[in-house]
Amino acid sequence: MSRAPSNILDRPLGGRGRGSNSSTEAAVSQSAFAYLYSELVQYHQSRVASISELERRLESSGYGIGLKVLELLSYRSKESKRETRLMNVLQFVSANVWKSLFGKPADSLERSIDHADEFMIVDYEPLTSTYVSVPSDLGQLSVDAFLSGIVAGVLDGAGFSARVTAHSVTLEEGETSYGSSNSSLPPRRDKAVFLVKFSPEVLKRDTGLER
Amino acid sequence: RPPLSIFLLLPPCLGNREHNNRIMGFLSLFIVNKSGGLIHHRPLGPNAPQIGTNEWLTIGSTFHSLHAIAAEASPLRLPGNKNPYGADDGIEEIHAGGLVLQCFQTRTGVKFVVTAEPGTPDMEYVLKEIYVLYTDCALKDPFYELEMPIRCELFTQAVDNLIERVEKNGPPRR
Repeated sequence: MSRAPSNILDRPLGGRGRGSNSSTEAAVSQSAFAYLYSELVQYHQSRVASISELERRLESSGYGIGLKVLELLSYRSKESKRETRLMNVLQFVSANVWKSLFGKPADSLERSIDHADEFMIVDYEPLTSTYVSVPSDLGQLSVDAFLSGIVAGVLDGAGFSARVTAHSVTLEEGETSYGSSNSSLPPRRDKAVFLVKFSPEVLKRDTGLER
Repeated sequence: RPPLSIFLLLPPCLGNREHNNRIMGFLSLFIVNKSGGLIHHRPLGPNAPQIGTNEWLTIGSTFHSLHAIAAEASPLRLPGNKNPYGADDGIEEIHAGGLVLQCFQTRTGVKFVVTAEPGTPDMEYVLKEIYVLYTDCALKDPFYELEMPIRCELFTQAVDNLIERVEKNGPPRR
């Protein structure tokens, strides 16, 4: 017989969610996450001297989460075999990991034309930058570096070491994000592209497995 | 020039614009922080008067002082709190010859002020929505410093979209 833990730090986060999973899934408001993440970014920003260092700190903040997400999803999934092929692990990340973290699979997974070891995961509405306006003097900073850290953690944990970076790419004409969940915010003008660059030994191993 | 005349700046007389039988006429938005400094100003429509930055700063601090004086000068203290969202004292509305000014003060002392031509509907709705946009786009932005001028692109875009939406369709009917 187990009792609900009395220490608040041991209790699950959030109240009951809404929707079909309300009885089993706890939910935290997006605003709460946005404020917490905003504090995380401000915390790191006060301790760094450059944009790339800030991005690296955000990435390492997300890295640990990636390792744990991989463990959790593998434990919970019905598949008993782990992924050994490159394309399969990328599919796992863009479909399963995204679905479990954000409620929907990533919007697209692409392979780079110029480099055989580069892939891109595209998300039209990354959770971490919903309310963020990057000032012009911070140029190309993408606060989604946190998410690229998560991806790097998942891939590293699965044995596919990679360097993942987040880029904010302006939407092209005709490309639209699918119905914004928050209708009072203007539609986003850019999408987040997570560039995954695998280490050479991973590529070599994968092509070796092909034969 | 006595300060009060600033509030009676008349917009150029183009008459009330009509769109879908609604009288359009939002003029300007300005936001004052709790110490009286202006943190945002924006024209909301084509009839908005052209006001220089320094004049805007003067308007902001003058309004802040008048707001505080009005709270003290009020002969009546209302029992309880009749305003569930904000503070319940100070200037709420000014009706002048060519404009209506509505102010919404939050519990933290930030004042949102919208001016419009007389007869413009839904001013209160717009004021509340701008407050919501402020909490979303400015307060959740890690690069926005509290009480500093609002430079968040998302906020300005969202305000423009809001005005456009209200002028086209009006507020959502419950």
